[in-house]
Amino acid sequence: MTEREKILGRIREALVSPAPGPAMHDTGREPGLDAVPAAGSRQWLPKVGDTFAERLELFRKNTAELKARFELVDSPQALADRLVALRDTEAWKKVGVHQGELTGPAVEVLGLPVCRTDTDYNVADLESCDVGITECDALVAQTGSVLITSRSAGGRALSVLPPHHVVLARREQLIADLPEAFSLLKRKYAPDYPSFLSFITGPSRTGDIERILVLGAHGPKKLTILCV
Amino acid sequence: MSAPVKEFKQQAARLTHDLRHRELIQTALGKYELVRDKSQRAFQDWEAARNAAAQIKWEGINHLEEHLTQFVRLLESRGTQVHWASTGQQARELILGIIRRQNARSLVKSKAMTSEEIHLNEALAAVGLEVVESDLGEFIVQLRREPPYHIVFPAMHLSRGEISDLFRRELGSAPTQNPEELTMIARRVLRQKYLAADIGLTGANFAVAETGMISITENEGNARLTAALPRTMITLLGIEKILPHFEDLALFLPMLATMGTGQPLTCYNSFYGGPRQPGESDGPEEFHVILLDNRRTELLADPEQRDALHCIRCGGCLNVCPVFRNIGGHTYGTTYSGPIGSVLTPHLRGLNQWQHLSHASSLCGACTEVCPVKINLHHHLLHNRRNAAARKPAFGQKLAFRIFAAIVTHPTLYQMAKSAGRLLQPLHPLVKGTRLDPAYAWTHTRDLPRVAPQTFKEYWRARKSVPPENDRRAATPHP
Repeated sequence: MTEREKILGRIREALVSPAPGPAMHDTGREPGLDAVPAAGSRQWLPKVGDTFAERLELFRKNTAELKARFELVDSPQALADRLVALRDTEAWKKVGVHQGELTGPAVEVLGLPVCRTDTDYNVADLESCDVGITECDALVAQTGSVLITSRSAGGRALSVLPPHHVVLARREQLIADLPEAFSLLKRKYAPDYPSFLSFITGPSRTGDIERILVLGAHGPKKLTILCV
Repeated sequence: MSAPVKEFKQQAARLTHDLRHRELIQTALGKYELVRDKSQRAFQDWEAARNAAAQIKWEGINHLEEHLTQFVRLLESRGTQVHWASTGQQARELILGIIRRQNARSLVKSKAMTSEEIHLNEALAAVGLEVVESDLGEFIVQLRREPPYHIVFPAMHLSRGEISDLFRRELGSAPTQNPEELTMIARRVLRQKYLAADIGLTGANFAVAETGMISITENEGNARLTAALPRTMITLLGIEKILPHFEDLALFLPMLATMGTGQPLTCYNSFYGGPRQPGESDGPEEFHVILLDNRRTELLADPEQRDALHCIRCGGCLNVCPVFRNIGGHTYGTTYSGPIGSVLTPHLRGLNQWQHLSHASSLCGACTEVCPVKINLHHHLLHNRRNAAARKPAFGQKLAFRIFAAIVTHPTLYQMAKSAGRLLQPLHPLVKGTRLDPAYAWTHTRDLPRVAPQTFKEYWRARKSVPPENDRRAATPHP
C-alpha cells in the first residue's frame, strides 16, 4: 500500500463518526444546506461603492495608506510623460519589462537598455534593473491591490526582483472587490490557469523588528500604479 | 515530573518576572491590537464572516478525502510531483531525496511552520546542506539558533539593539539602532543567497481543491522570490490546509490578514498551481508538493476536537491569551504555542508528556472569542484535561478530590473543617511562604483570604434569637 492510500484510508476511517456542525459544539446541530457560503462574502467584507468614481476614490485612499503611488492620467501620451519623468528623477539605467499593449510603447519612449522577461532571460540581468514595468489583470478598489499573473505580468520575478515596480493599467481594469477578482480569474483563465497568480497590496514590507514598518524587505521598496 | 513540565514551570516562573520581556511583548501587541481592531471594524459584518469561515473549513475538513483527491489531481495534471508523508521522518526523507537527486548544495526557505514541526533544518544541516531562512524574523532567530517565538512574529521577543548586536556578531555589519538599516543588511545578505540557491522551500496557508493551487500569504516578498528563482520548488503543507473553493479565498485572505498582523490584506497573496508551464518564461522546472499527515488523522478521528484542524495559523489566539503574554512563546517548548498550541500539541506529541499545557490557561475564553474560524479552543483545553485525568489520574490529585468530596458531602465533617480552618489560620503566618506551608503552591505568590469569624449558619442562628424589632438590618430596606 502506498503512503497516499494509507493516509486517505486513515482519513476515510476517521470521518466515519460525524463531527457536530461548524461552531455548534454546544448545540450539536448539523450545518444547514447553505454550506457553500463564500458566495455571500461580499455582504460581510469591507464596503465598496457602486459607481466608478467611488471605487476610484477608495482605490486612491487605500493605495495612499499602503504607501504606494497611484496616478490616473488622461491619455497614452500623459502616461508616457509620467514614465519619462520617473526615469529622470530616479535616474533609471535599465528597465525590466514584458511585451504588452501598454508596456510595449512605454519601453520605446524610455529609450533605455531593456531586460525582457517574456522569453528566456538571465536572472542576474533582471536583478541589475532599476525598475520592473508590468501590466496587470485588475486593480481591486476594496483593498488597493494589483492582481497579476505570470501571463499578464511577464512571469514570476519581474514584479518582485527590481527595487521599483511600476504597473501600467487601464481604467476599465478597476474592479470593486475580492469576490469580483476571483470570478474574473475564473472567467478569464479556467481551467487553464497560469502557474502563478498574485494580489500585490502595496510595496514589500516587514514589521519583524519591534513591529516598526519598513518598506522593501525583499521585494520592491516602491510600487507605482499608473492608470490610463 | 516529566522534563517538558519541569522546563515549562521554570521558564514560566522566570519570564513572568522579566519586566523587559513584558514591555517588549506589550508594546508589540499593543500596536497589533490597534490595527487589528481597525481592520475588523472595516468589515460590514465580522461575525457573519466568522460563521461562514467556520462553515467553509468544516466542509473542507469533513469531506477531506474528496477535496484532497481533487487538489492533487489538478496539481499533477500540470506537472507537479505530489508526495504523501505519514510522519515527519518520511517528509524529511522525501525532501532529502529530492536534494540528493538534484545534487543541491543550498536551499532557501520561506516561512513554514510545518518545517519546524518536522525539525527539517536540523536534518538538512546534518547532511551538510546550507539552509537559509529568508523571512526577516525567521532569519534573525535562525542566526540565534533558536526556534520562532511566535507563529506569525518569530522575533517579537527581541529589541533592535539585540538584533544589531546579533548582526554585528554573525554578519560583521556595523551597529545601528535603525530598523530600516537592519532590514537592509538582511536584504543584501539574503539577495545573494537567493541568486545562488538550488532549491526553494515554502509552506502554504491554504490548499485550494477547486483549482489545485497552494496559497501563500506574506509581506516581504521572500516567498515570491523562493517560488520564482531556484530551479526546484518544494512546498510542505499539512493535509488540513484544504479550502473547497477558489472564491473562499476572497473571505479567508482578508480574515487571515486581519487576525494575523492586523492589516486589511497582507502585501502578497500568491497562488501556485504548478511548475513553469509551456509558454512561461520563469519559475521552477520542478515543483514538489509534500502532504504531511504527522498525526493529523488521529485528531481527525476525534469528532469532539476535529475542529482544531480548522486552524489557519493566524496567531490571533496567542495575541489575546493572558498566559501567552506573560510566559512568552518559547516557554511552551512546542512548535505551535499559545492556546491553539496547547490544544494541538498533546495530539501531535502525546497527551502524557504535554497535558500540562491544558492547565496553562485561565479558561477566560478570549481565544475562542477571537478565533476567526470559531474553534472551541478553551473547551478543548478542558477536554484534554478530562482525557488526561481519565487515562492516568495523578495519585495526589485523586486523593485530594476524595477528601474534598467526603468533606462537602458530610455536614458534620464540613463544620469541623471550617472550625479547624478558623482556629488554625492565626498560626498560618508562622509558616506562610515557606515549604512547611500546606498551601505553599498558592501562598508563595498570593495571600490566602481570611476565614470569616462567623459562619453563615452561626449568623443565622444568632439572628433568629433576636426579636425582629430589635434587628436593625431587618428593619432597614435594602438600598
